[in-house]
Amino acid sequence: MTLETLLALVIGALYAAGLYMMLRRSVVKLVIGLALLAHASNLLVFTGVGLTRGRAPLVPEEATVPAPGVADPLAQALVLTAIVISFGLLVFTVVLLYRAHQAVGSPDLDAMRSTEE
Amino acid sequence: MSLLLVAPIVIPLATAALGLVVRGPRAHLGLSLVGGAALLASTLALLGQVLRGGTRATQLGTWPAPFGITLVADLLAAVMLAVSSLIGLVILVYSVETIDAERRAHGYYPLLHVLLMGVCGAFLAGDLFNLYVWFEVMLIASFVLLSLGGERAQLEGSVKYVTLNLLASLMFLSAVGLLYGLAGTLNMADLAVKLREAPRPGLLLAPGMLLLGAFGIKAAAFPVFSWLPPAYHTPPIAVSALFSGLLTKVGVYALLRAFTLLFVQDVGFTHGLLAWVAGLTMLTGVLGAAAQMEFRRLLAFHIISQIGYMLMGLALLSAGGLAGAVLYVVHNILAKTNLFLVSGMAARVSGTYDLKALGGLYRSRPLLSVLFLVPAFALAGMPPLSGFFAKLTLVRAGLEQERYVLVGTAVTVSLLTLFSMTKVWSEAFWKEPPEQPAPSGRLPLSLVVPSATLALLTCLLGLFADEALAVGTRLAEELLSHQAYVAAVMGARP
Repeated sequence: MTLETLLALVIGALYAAGLYMMLRRSVVKLVIGLALLAHASNLLVFTGVGLTRGRAPLVPEEATVPAPGVADPLAQALVLTAIVISFGLLVFTVVLLYRAHQAVGSPDLDAMRSTEE
Repeated sequence: MSLLLVAPIVIPLATAALGLVVRGPRAHLGLSLVGGAALLASTLALLGQVLRGGTRATQLGTWPAPFGITLVADLLAAVMLAVSSLIGLVILVYSVETIDAERRAHGYYPLLHVLLMGVCGAFLAGDLFNLYVWFEVMLIASFVLLSLGGERAQLEGSVKYVTLNLLASLMFLSAVGLLYGLAGTLNMADLAVKLREAPRPGLLLAPGMLLLGAFGIKAAAFPVFSWLPPAYHTPPIAVSALFSGLLTKVGVYALLRAFTLLFVQDVGFTHGLLAWVAGLTMLTGVLGAAAQMEFRRLLAFHIISQIGYMLMGLALLSAGGLAGAVLYVVHNILAKTNLFLVSGMAARVSGTYDLKALGGLYRSRPLLSVLFLVPAFALAGMPPLSGFFAKLTLVRAGLEQERYVLVGTAVTVSLLTLFSMTKVWSEAFWKEPPEQPAPSGRLPLSLVVPSATLALLTCLLGLFADEALAVGTRLAEELLSHQAYVAAVMGARP
């Protein structure tokens, strides 16, 4: 099995697990679900570009472009940015859910429906 | 590098940063208002430049396109920037009397400017990943603005808002990853060319549908709007008004961009799907509103319903349809924000948002009644106000393509909107107040002037409908042919 296939399966499992966790009623599981989905998306960006083993995108001396067939560094830059953003948002979500839990007095998402009727 | 293209991002950023440093409420407020006014001035200047000289683009960091960070303002982006910064300034003025000292002390004004920066950045982004980043900037500011104050209702509403918007962001990111894997670029002009020559266009449906899902959630389209009604009525009214005017429309803008510039390979499927989404969004929104007896909740459902009209124009994908959609976006931002502002004033006078408990406002507050009637009639589409011409353009474009079901839905929903506005009129303004009217002071000017400004603009947009439609048609033709956009971006000097 190639690495791409393996990663594709891992990503699919992460999406499935993340969505399943988000559908549960506990706020803690909601956070875990969001975190898993974020990992799945980051891995998808990383894998979608294609995996290249052992060839760093370095420009050799006295050349202006790297040799063909090297790994694409842009995808990794994208993932890095996305990790930072999703981490920040996740921290905010944790604090928000903690405050909501305090205000409502229950970790059950079904108890947070007072603004819906 | 064109300074005017960078200004809509730098001005709010500088204002927000200074706002964290400046001490004293008066200096703080002054700075905020000056920042808002400067933003409006810069976007109006940019709009003037784009109207005269066509699409403007610039590359940051001296890298040529498609490698550098591209900022691009075509007519659509320039119009959206101008309207959004106008709403920003209006809300800043409206906030003076309606936001309590505690929220202000916790950074209300800087957050508002960060939100405006995110919105402006999203309109200017010429690169899908940058668009994603600006969406996140906008989102985090809106998360904090929504939950600032920490009341129970706010927190409960925020949980839904945050969860579903994060889900949309992750879908967006997944789509970006897949598109980069397929096309090897994320610059939208470059993508526009490469996706039109894609060897296997069927593969593009996956990122296309992911983007439709992501932007659909952000625009609150059917069937993924359920985050909006529980959240939008919980924060202070100025925040509700700002969100109602700007946030969903950024989603609509992203849809307009993606499904005219990038995904036009299989129009029968994508835009056929959009037509269904548009019709059902109109219908469910207005039916949801019919059941509401709370002023802000009723308006929140109307936001959803109105999104349907904008998507209808996009689904038609003709010059008339897109022109109608853009006219509709502008008209709706003005009218919908104003309705929220009016509901805030009604609540200030009577102490409640409950339509059953309101009453007699027509007798006690005739000016407020006029301020309500203008945006309400515009929203329902009564001539000669702005909504009428926007709807007329859409209906005509629909009839040209013989989309009778879609047009029928649009007209029916328009009638139901009128019914809904009549309900508000008869409950809050016409009927006798249920009990002794609560003692109420004068409405401060900082509440009346923003609303009156928006009402005036709604009337002007109706009176100068010909000129507005001409700009709209030019804009639609720009959207339909990607060459001008691509040429502007690729030819832009770093």
